[in-house]
Amino acid sequence: MTTVAVKPATMAQALTRALRDAMAADPAVHVMGEDVGTLGGVFRVTDGLAKEFGEDRCTDTPLAEAGILGTAVGMAMYGLRPVVEMQFDAFAYPAFEQLISHVSRMRNRTRGAMPLPITIRVPYGGGIGGVEHHSDSSEAYYMATPGLHVVTPATVADAYGLLRASIASDDPVVFLEPKRLYWSKDSWNPEEPAPVEPIGRAVVRRSGRSATLITYGPSVPVCMEAAEAARAEGWDLEVVDLRSLVPFDDETVCASVRRTGRAVVVHESGSFGGPGGEIAARVTERCFHHLEAPVLRVAGFDVPYPPPMLERHHLPGVDRILDAVGRLQWEAES
Amino acid sequence: MTVMEQRGAYQPTPPPAWQPRTDPAPLLPDAEPYRVLGTEAAAKADPELLRTLYAQLVRGRRYNAQATALTKQGRLAVYPSTTGQEACEVAAAMVLQERDWLFPSYRDTLAVVARGVEPAQALTLLRGDWHTGYDPYEHRVAPLSTPLATQLPHAVGLAHAARLKGDDVVALAMVGDGGTSEGDFHEALNFAAVWQAPVVFLVQNNGFAISVPLAKQTAAPSLAHKAVGYGMPGRLVDGNDAAAVHEVLSDAVRHARAGGGPTLVEAITYRVDAHTNADDATRYRGDAEVEAWREHDPIVLLERELTARGLLDEAGIEAARQDAETMAAALREQMNQDPVLDPMDLFAHVYAEPTPQLREQREQLRAELEAEAEPEEGTHR
Repeated sequence: MTTVAVKPATMAQALTRALRDAMAADPAVHVMGEDVGTLGGVFRVTDGLAKEFGEDRCTDTPLAEAGILGTAVGMAMYGLRPVVEMQFDAFAYPAFEQLISHVSRMRNRTRGAMPLPITIRVPYGGGIGGVEHHSDSSEAYYMATPGLHVVTPATVADAYGLLRASIASDDPVVFLEPKRLYWSKDSWNPEEPAPVEPIGRAVVRRSGRSATLITYGPSVPVCMEAAEAARAEGWDLEVVDLRSLVPFDDETVCASVRRTGRAVVVHESGSFGGPGGEIAARVTERCFHHLEAPVLRVAGFDVPYPPPMLERHHLPGVDRILDAVGRLQWEAES
Repeated sequence: MTVMEQRGAYQPTPPPAWQPRTDPAPLLPDAEPYRVLGTEAAAKADPELLRTLYAQLVRGRRYNAQATALTKQGRLAVYPSTTGQEACEVAAAMVLQERDWLFPSYRDTLAVVARGVEPAQALTLLRGDWHTGYDPYEHRVAPLSTPLATQLPHAVGLAHAARLKGDDVVALAMVGDGGTSEGDFHEALNFAAVWQAPVVFLVQNNGFAISVPLAKQTAAPSLAHKAVGYGMPGRLVDGNDAAAVHEVLSDAVRHARAGGGPTLVEAITYRVDAHTNADDATRYRGDAEVEAWREHDPIVLLERELTARGLLDEAGIEAARQDAETMAAALREQMNQDPVLDPMDLFAHVYAEPTPQLREQREQLRAELEAEAEPEEGTHR
């Protein structure tokens, strides 16, 4: 029996590997976007793909996001499986009309005759010192659009598994890549990646009894850190990584909240009209009699994304999370 | 040779050197719209083709009249007519091979019908019982696109994909003069030219975007001139001259099929009816203008040519009229039947498998429907 050394890999490397494996497995998979070919993408996620599969399979497109997604729709109509890269979160906005008026609706419009298996990769979120338009958390827009799946990995292994599952999906998937985790490392064996699970299952990253932190993407490591710090306060926090915002895993989330009786939703996106409101409502509707306190939200402020020198005040950090945990009506227990 | 190889490898250029990437001269449209009927070119036109075009135009006119009538009877929610534009609509469908694809806008149901889709299925969107009433793969007709020009990049992507697969497929995409102001028009033409995709863009310049005339839409010398900026040929044609439209579109399709890349065709026509049955055209244009265009009507032009050359007589005109009446009667009968609706269809095709959230909502609707069907005694509704 041969053993393969499990080496640390970055999330970006796992994503590259997922694209490469998907392209090797299925000639219908085409990668397209700005700078994805010769350069390998501004985050190098498509590094080497044009060389390995040719520029017709990994294509530098003109600089026009609506055109990129719009032509991807036509390619999917003809049986291809396009994987589109939107260079940055805020650069995806020109493609919104194609996404909302066509990508999300084509299957429904045609009674299932014309599904569009398109994966739209969107680097998102802050924390990398990006100037304006490079750090948005745009997931609420996507979540509010019926017909799209919305997923986001927080670990190296999930980056691989979720991207493979997204490309394999016959529905369009908005694949949100937490860009500040691109260079996060984890022991991961690319030769034996975990079996690809279907989209839609959350996972408990850390078990605990006191309260549940419900989070996803870039906020998962922050919540893990907060959970460690909370031990000093005597709190044993559970951390649920949603992985998929649409579909939403009510089952895993509610099972956790019923166990702990308290919940805080944590994300970078603003709180007003953000994902946390929907999650808090779902948890309250389903777990009301198990709750010891209202479900709280820890989020970015409802301001345009700040300039890089101020972003640390905006992003939810360990202190803001612990402050919220402290407001979960613990007095009632004493 | 791959598409990218054909485009050529990146070549560094020394600083002062510059040369145009494409010679603009052959891309420029002619100064006058191309015409066949009433010109010397008509003698070369195939009589059989002209007779077929005539029958199709008469059917198309009758279809427009019948669909408009159906809005008055409440059988269609709305109908954007192509009365006066039938030459463009039928020619667009006729120039394509079975394996080719048509990308219509919401106004182009006549082209969809001419391509072979059942009229009642083509009109589902406008009746309101479902969005797309036909399987796009059956006749290779994309769904009618309501957001303007957004279907153009789809046509480019499909044609590009077919070419990558080595398939001999051309896509013909239809848009109006108003649609040329949309960003997607620009992006589609740019992608098509960069990829040398086998696409034909047909712009029907019918004079108005609802109420806004072309002069407020563009300052371009013509819409066909826009092609030059993208590096593709632009062609100007009299959109009411069915023989000319057929010839220009056929040439563009042949050019695309041979690997020559995309063409932009501007067909100059006129929207004789209001934007839809819900519009009042008297608010923005006068009768004299409409009457002038009725003199330049596609059926009038073709009928004059055919009768002058002895290719059509009273019996032929009557036969075409009868054929159109038969089509209209069948359409009336189909549209007078109430569509079968199933509210559960709302959830059936949002995803391949409904999400848990949609399954819950589906059960909610099911319960509401059951309660509607059997109201319980003593409950307040």
